[in-house]
Amino acid sequence: MMAQKSGRIVAVTGNEAVAEALRQINPDVSAAYPITPATDIMQRFTGFVSDGKVKTEMILVESEHSAMSGCIGAAAAGGRVMTATSSQGLALMWEELFIASGTRLPIVMALVNRALSAPLNIHGDHSDGMGARDCGWIQLWSENAQEAYDNTIQAFRIAEHMDIRLPIMVCLDGFIISHSIERIEYIDDDAVSKLVGEYKQLNPLLDLEHPVSYGPLILPDYYMEYRKAHAEVMSKVPGIVLDVAKDFEKISGRKYGLFEEYRLDDAEIGLVILNSAAGTSKDVIDSFREKGIKAGLLKPRLFRPFPYDEIGNALKHLKAICVLDRADAFGGSYGPLFIDIAASLYPHKNGPVLINKIYGLGGRDYMPSHAELVLNELVEIVKTGKVKMIKEYIAVRE
Amino acid sequence: MKLKGWKNVNPGAVCTEAGSALQFKTGSWRAYRPKWIEENCIQCLFCWAYCPDMAVNVKDGKMTGFNYDYCKGCGICALECPGKKGNKAIVMEEEGK
Repeated sequence: MMAQKSGRIVAVTGNEAVAEALRQINPDVSAAYPITPATDIMQRFTGFVSDGKVKTEMILVESEHSAMSGCIGAAAAGGRVMTATSSQGLALMWEELFIASGTRLPIVMALVNRALSAPLNIHGDHSDGMGARDCGWIQLWSENAQEAYDNTIQAFRIAEHMDIRLPIMVCLDGFIISHSIERIEYIDDDAVSKLVGEYKQLNPLLDLEHPVSYGPLILPDYYMEYRKAHAEVMSKVPGIVLDVAKDFEKISGRKYGLFEEYRLDDAEIGLVILNSAAGTSKDVIDSFREKGIKAGLLKPRLFRPFPYDEIGNALKHLKAICVLDRADAFGGSYGPLFIDIAASLYPHKNGPVLINKIYGLGGRDYMPSHAELVLNELVEIVKTGKVKMIKEYIAVRE
Repeated sequence: MKLKGWKNVNPGAVCTEAGSALQFKTGSWRAYRPKWIEENCIQCLFCWAYCPDMAVNVKDGKMTGFNYDYCKGCGICALECPGKKGNKAIVMEEEGK
């Protein structure tokens, strides 16, 4: 365990922690539009702008479509750019998301996960982030406010790496994390600036000595080459994420990987779960361990690109796994996380039995009793070899 | 022009070479071809000014014909052409006829 290198310990919300990271990074430009529960990040950040705590050019726009468009323009111009959104806001950014990634602009966006309409709901689930999982952005997911703060700082380094130059989303659960007060360790301003470094431009539009054009028409003779190049860049992301994590550990003492393994080495049954519900689950895993049941957990952090090989290898020795999804994929199929976990285990013959539970939609509480129920079902599956139902909604009324 | 492979394309399809549209010949898009009728031409250069591409050839301040590598056949030149005494100096003709 490394010693704590710097910083102060505070009690803040997830949104406050993300806003603090953005203050420390002091981006050149931000274009944003308010939406619950992400509003609070930009509200606090615009306060920093008004108080002269940052030099960021703040563009207040009329919609999220414009917010992302503004970010794209500013990033193409040569600025370090960030924004934040949730749910319908992300949905309205949809076409711009692909333009940001296809144009390889390293925009950083906090995504405070919230359910999608209809029916209208403002609370936390993962349907917004999952809907945008294949838009060519990098996605980091965060269990708590500390991870949201730490991921935001690391996100700039990852996105802006010259081998990558891709936009990145830092996901945190709406309300559960964004509005709950937790104990956080902040890193000193100097250490953050040093870690993130000076912004390096690539083909900036405002470099009048070297004029460039953005957004040309690319027809069938070249489109596939650009898509292949994008896919190839995505494959370099995991290595860079690990390099940045090493540097981050030096200033924070906190260790990050592509995913977190919790009591997984000798586990026979396991849960795979994203974000805040992983915390609740770990407590229940501990209580099962006390009963002598070898339970473990895997919590993905880098969800896009998905580290299929690494996750497959980390899970292949288990006997039964439940993947818990806080979003459903309407298509008669399984939840989005389940689909990727199943794909990661596909190369491993005689791998674990997989089941999928849909939980916590629209902010429905995920309780320790739900994790217990699922783990007991896995114990039963290992004992009998029988699966009753592969996919099931839990904590839902009939 | 030799096509580049995926390892050699510019990140984000950013064009770093000025005037590279010259390498992109779009004449094959054309369904109608502008025909220049020199005896009706008053050399007003409206066709050159209105052409959205670079399909009107001008030499020493005078229209000398069309560059069919870039003309997409939009017909703006023919529409704008004032001609001489009501007779157009540019008319559009269907390709392949």
